Amino acid sequence: MSNEAVFQAPAAAGTHHDAHGDHHGEHHHHETFITKYVFSQDHKMIAKQFLITGMVWAVLGGLMSVLFRLQIGYPDANFPWLQDLLGKWWAEGGKITPQAYYALVTTHGTVLVFFVLTAGLSGTFANFLIPLQVGARDMASPFMNMLSYWFFFTASVVMLSSIFVENGPFSGGWTAYPPLSALGDASPGSKTGMDLWLISMALFVVSSLLGGLNYIATVLNMRTKGMSMTRLPLTIWALFFTAVLGVLSFPVLFSGFILLIFDRNFGTSFYLSDIFVNGVGALPNEGGSAILYQHLFWFLGHPEVYIILLPAMGMVSEILSVNSRKPIFGYMAMIGSLFAIAILAFLVWAHHMFVTGLNPFLGSIFVLLTLLIAVPSAIKVFNWITTLWRGNIRFTPAMLFAIGFVSLFISGGLTGIWLGNSALDIHLHDTYFVIAHFHIVMGVASMFGMFAGIYHWFPKMYGRYLNNNLGYIHFWITIAGAYMIFWPMHYEGLAGMPRRYYDYSVWESFKQFADLNRFISTVAMIVFSVQILFLVNFFYSIFKGRKVTTQNPWGANTLEWTTPIHPGHGNWVGEIPEVYRWAYDYGKDGKEFIPQTKPIGDDESHH
Amino acid sequence: MTMFLIIAVTVLVFVVIFQIAKASEYVAVLKGEEKTRKQDNKINGFMMVTFLVLGLVGVWYCNELYYKKTLLIHDAASVEGARVDSMLWVTLAVTGVVFIATQIVLFWFAYKYQESDTRKVYYFPHDNKLEVIWTVVPAIALTVLVVIGLRNWFLFTGDAPQNAMVVEVTGKQFGWIYRYPGKDGVLGKKYFKNIDNATNPLGLIWDDKMVHDDIVMEQTMYLVKGKPVKLVIGSRDVIHDVGLPHFRMKMDAVPGIPTTMWFTPKYTTKEMKEITGNPNFQYEISCDQMCGNGHYSMKGIIEVLDQEEFDAKMAGLKPAYVTLFPEKDPNATKPADTVKVVAKAVEPAAKVVAKM
Repeated sequence: MSNEAVFQAPAAAGTHHDAHGDHHGEHHHHETFITKYVFSQDHKMIAKQFLITGMVWAVLGGLMSVLFRLQIGYPDANFPWLQDLLGKWWAEGGKITPQAYYALVTTHGTVLVFFVLTAGLSGTFANFLIPLQVGARDMASPFMNMLSYWFFFTASVVMLSSIFVENGPFSGGWTAYPPLSALGDASPGSKTGMDLWLISMALFVVSSLLGGLNYIATVLNMRTKGMSMTRLPLTIWALFFTAVLGVLSFPVLFSGFILLIFDRNFGTSFYLSDIFVNGVGALPNEGGSAILYQHLFWFLGHPEVYIILLPAMGMVSEILSVNSRKPIFGYMAMIGSLFAIAILAFLVWAHHMFVTGLNPFLGSIFVLLTLLIAVPSAIKVFNWITTLWRGNIRFTPAMLFAIGFVSLFISGGLTGIWLGNSALDIHLHDTYFVIAHFHIVMGVASMFGMFAGIYHWFPKMYGRYLNNNLGYIHFWITIAGAYMIFWPMHYEGLAGMPRRYYDYSVWESFKQFADLNRFISTVAMIVFSVQILFLVNFFYSIFKGRKVTTQNPWGANTLEWTTPIHPGHGNWVGEIPEVYRWAYDYGKDGKEFIPQTKPIGDDESHH
Repeated sequence: MTMFLIIAVTVLVFVVIFQIAKASEYVAVLKGEEKTRKQDNKINGFMMVTFLVLGLVGVWYCNELYYKKTLLIHDAASVEGARVDSMLWVTLAVTGVVFIATQIVLFWFAYKYQESDTRKVYYFPHDNKLEVIWTVVPAIALTVLVVIGLRNWFLFTGDAPQNAMVVEVTGKQFGWIYRYPGKDGVLGKKYFKNIDNATNPLGLIWDDKMVHDDIVMEQTMYLVKGKPVKLVIGSRDVIHDVGLPHFRMKMDAVPGIPTTMWFTPKYTTKEMKEITGNPNFQYEISCDQMCGNGHYSMKGIIEVLDQEEFDAKMAGLKPAYVTLFPEKDPNATKPADTVKVVAKAVEPAAKVVAKM
């Protein structure tokens, strides 16, 4: 069987894997601390490494947002302790400086999009769930998988170091549009900080490609016997499409970065033309196009939002079904809509560029394709809601977050219909309306998907439960808080209030929202501290949580719950189980659930 | 000091919440985990419907508080902006209905179908008819929105009307430079390597005759009520964006690639002061594209005037060429001003510097 053959590959690569294959997957060679916890090739450990690194970044990125919200909410206040804490560059006289504000905004965006919601989300759950749910002992290449994590780790270190350089980290917005990002003389953040940003992102792209190729190879080649593609849980379908999106689009981003590196360091003019910088004079560059970068960037940038969102969709589908004790409604339609979204993801990038002077005809095509995405999205929402209908719902913390995800996805998705329509986008582009839109639909919703996944699979990861009561508190405060933060921002956007402003008080058109900004900042701090509560719960429960005593605590059908409570490297003791059915036989023929490993009975009904 | 107090209180609250949560877990074990789980389930089910109700009330309350602070309570200040607004209302109606309906159904189902020992789950894996319905209906609704949207889009991005006046807007870190083509109606040539902050901020080519009557100024742009204006937009350094919320217009300023945008102002600044009831009202140009550490301060002003006021204002301004080379001022030799209409009225103010 191919599983076995592939599983032996790392042994050939010079590591010490037992190649026991289907006979007994458990290891009995010596594992040192280094091979088990640091340079591990076990997909489950790598998943945890991604998760915890992602959490560190989530805390840092969240903290950054609290700091810059402090400035927006309290533009007149001084917090002397801030200067003591952060130093003069960041908070002179206890007030966040403009350079620090823009550095924080930029790093917050970069870190949350790439390090938390890409690496932390799909890195964690693709690694953890793909082998466990398709029935494989590990990834196609555990070694590449390990490299993927360590490239991410290195990218993290470089990004972190950029915070400490003299001119500060990059501060031109996470999209890093040139010429601003290309010219150190136009913005101090575009000096060393930008070099480090680019190196970090390049390493990140490598990490993401190594991971993605591995996920695709594993899903396509290493499914256990009987696990046809149409029997895969929706989590796997979603993670599969995510990986495909990443593999096809990250290289384009990389090429965009390479050209930017050339423009910055080697005197080329890919993006530069007709530029006069104050204090420097006219630059020699002529003939480049600043818009070219935006095309290259958004060719990744748009699929990227689906790279962030699809894994959450997949996990939510699974969790909704398990906890409604009812099959996911419209399994094939769910796959079809994932597929449609994945295809359309590549065909809508220029909707980020409606006001760049884009050819209007081209713009109209992008309007059409963008609004088309609403159709598969609508299918997904209606299918999730129908999954709840006439179910028997258990509100585990995972289920709460899954329901919260659907609510947020609706709220944020609908405003996409506003922004995707170019004539409306002209008014709303780069205002707080956009901030509200993408934070709800992509940021918070995906975060909810991630929380749902963590609460649901924590027992499988650590053999213990998270504390439920803390989970309930976490959920209710976070969802209420998320709406209180982002809902009113739509109104600011309808007033035309631009994003990325350090201070609105001198603007006659926007200063009326000072109270609202203070309110939003206050809620943001509360919500942030509740996330800390979640982290306490997480780390406490790893060591002291209630122990899992049954193999299948949620009564779920998928294969990961057929492994031992503490699965070793190789996941199953003895043979990998065979699969006879899809993953969603809940409530069929009066049975609460029928695991995928159970053969179809003679008297079973057909649907 | 208060800071430490706040931190101390927060930590304390944390510890208390954490301990209570832990303790209730132990209580659950004593009481029977299954029983506790069912109780929790009921509480969360109730919370679902509570959240729905409070959420909808919150949406209404938020609207009460902030609707009047948006631009929507007044007319758009441009003829084209009115079309944006009507499109916005249609979109709001469609998405609003879907929003309320789906959120109600979602949380109501969650509440209604919460776990109960007596309920038998309905095995319902798919239904082609339903799925076709909710594929086709959104598709039709979206087609309508696309058609409305594209008609407006092609109008906004199409050619400006023949009678439109032309103003060039150039972004720089961190401000705006405006140029009027002068009486020949043509913007003269420029080249960025000629830029000199003190004498020639736009890099005009003085040898080009068309440049000689071009008027260059900063801070305030003057437009005419009811007269379409075509802005020719560029940037001197990084990407900026001419954001005009009151006119519902926006266009990037890209170095090396000129862009255009046109609209028809509907109200003078004075009229807008009355309409908004804000004596300080002014049309502001906000830079809407991240352009550096001074991004937030990159403000421009547009003053919309009547034709007469406008003509008077323009007559008082000298072309940049004349300001720089006063000896070549055609008016210096022959005082009969070429700007006929209001020349007399502003004659005493002829020394007004064009760069304001």
